[in-house]
Amino acid sequence: MESPRHSALVRVTHWLTVISFVALLVTGLEIVISHPRFYWGETGNVNMKPLFTIPIPSSRDTVPTGYGYVMPDQNGWSRYLHFESAWVLVLTGIVYALASLLNGHFRRNLVPARGERTLGAHWQRMRQYLGRRAPGPDESHSYNVLQRTTYLFVIFVLFPVVIWTGLALSPSFNAAFPWGVNLLGGRQTARTLHFFVTWALVLFFMVHIAMIAVSGFWKRMRGMTTGRAESAEPEAAAKELA
Amino acid sequence: MKAMSRRALITSGLAAAGVAGLATANRIAGKHGLIPPDCRGIYGPGETLTYAAHRLLTRDAMAREFPRSMISNNPFANEVAPPSEQFKKLQAGGFNDWKLTVDGLVAHPMTLSLADLRSMPTHSQITEVVCEEGWSYVAEWIGTPLSGVLREAGVLPQARYLKYFSIQPEWSDSIDIGDAHHPQTFLTMGMNDGDLPVGFGGPLRLRVPRQLGYKSVKYITRITATDSMKFQGDYAWFAGI
Repeated sequence: MESPRHSALVRVTHWLTVISFVALLVTGLEIVISHPRFYWGETGNVNMKPLFTIPIPSSRDTVPTGYGYVMPDQNGWSRYLHFESAWVLVLTGIVYALASLLNGHFRRNLVPARGERTLGAHWQRMRQYLGRRAPGPDESHSYNVLQRTTYLFVIFVLFPVVIWTGLALSPSFNAAFPWGVNLLGGRQTARTLHFFVTWALVLFFMVHIAMIAVSGFWKRMRGMTTGRAESAEPEAAAKELA
Repeated sequence: MKAMSRRALITSGLAAAGVAGLATANRIAGKHGLIPPDCRGIYGPGETLTYAAHRLLTRDAMAREFPRSMISNNPFANEVAPPSEQFKKLQAGGFNDWKLTVDGLVAHPMTLSLADLRSMPTHSQITEVVCEEGWSYVAEWIGTPLSGVLREAGVLPQARYLKYFSIQPEWSDSIDIGDAHHPQTFLTMGMNDGDLPVGFGGPLRLRVPRQLGYKSVKYITRITATDSMKFQGDYAWFAGI
């Protein structure tokens, strides 16, 4: 039997991550509307100079935005859903990371091959993307070095940092682990970093979707959902015959 | 065929173990006070995980305290509804007639004036007020720990929650009995070496520094110990995050 393009573990954890990430993003942006100002250090409020503000209306009339109206307050359900989704994301991430360490998924599929751990190897792949040259047949069952490095960065840097900076916003968690927020340089710094790392994840998300669109959206969706590689598809085979 | 039936067996076995495990976890969690009042509905599972995790991790932890140099020069007094007639009358009298009622599951229900509260041990803490909206400030809070008042009133062992009410209509909240006894939970009467300004909750505010600002209700006139909690509201009951 042909081995699937993606293992069942990867497919299930991938889609759970997508669902929770989208929920976190939407609710996170909703929560930001109640105070679209960012600060650096421990404290920050409307009486203090912000690092920057987002030029949008706010859901609180105490925030001076320059707009003549106030958006509706949706923080109640947004906060509930934000934290429930965060649980899904964190628990999914733990299962994925532990299983992938044990079953060799990281070592086999994501860590770049020994000879490819150079900037040059990455740049060579980048030129292939920029030149819009189609990938070789080896790439239909394996990630190239640029993909590997990007996925590892997202899995081991961006997601852990976004979770850490999120936890550093919890007064109760900070009571138990004060170093979590102190190492970051204070509560408002943690909030600002949480915001920036979110945008880094959004950037990855958008490039990821763009790449999938370019390389065959439904083919890739099928690969990540049923696990079947494109060659097993009867209509694709029929097209090739025609 | 053989592989499929084995898979089906493993799957149903895991599902049965999962259900039994969840039921056991639920019973243990209930016994140890790890289930929040808003444990039902679509956000119930997440909220229960959050509350249980925080209770296990932070049971006795102290909110961060800061050096004097970090007290905010420009604290922000969040807006409140216009003061009620009752409040204005008491304010005109310099709050001399302000009363705090302690009742519910206590051996000795009592009513305390601000002078009574001031005669109790006074403590201060320099902690951060953290609003769920995202802003914050650090201030020194001066008052008497709620635990002392609860001790004097003789809270009964079956009390699990403490409800507290503002003089303002429809403004109340509640915390679990652990937070009520926490040494940093203050009946606050002073701020930054002065009286607690009205904008910041004066003359009497309950400070719960391990939770977000909305649990620190302003203008407290009554606290009630209770053994059950029907939760109604748009915002999460536990505001530690």
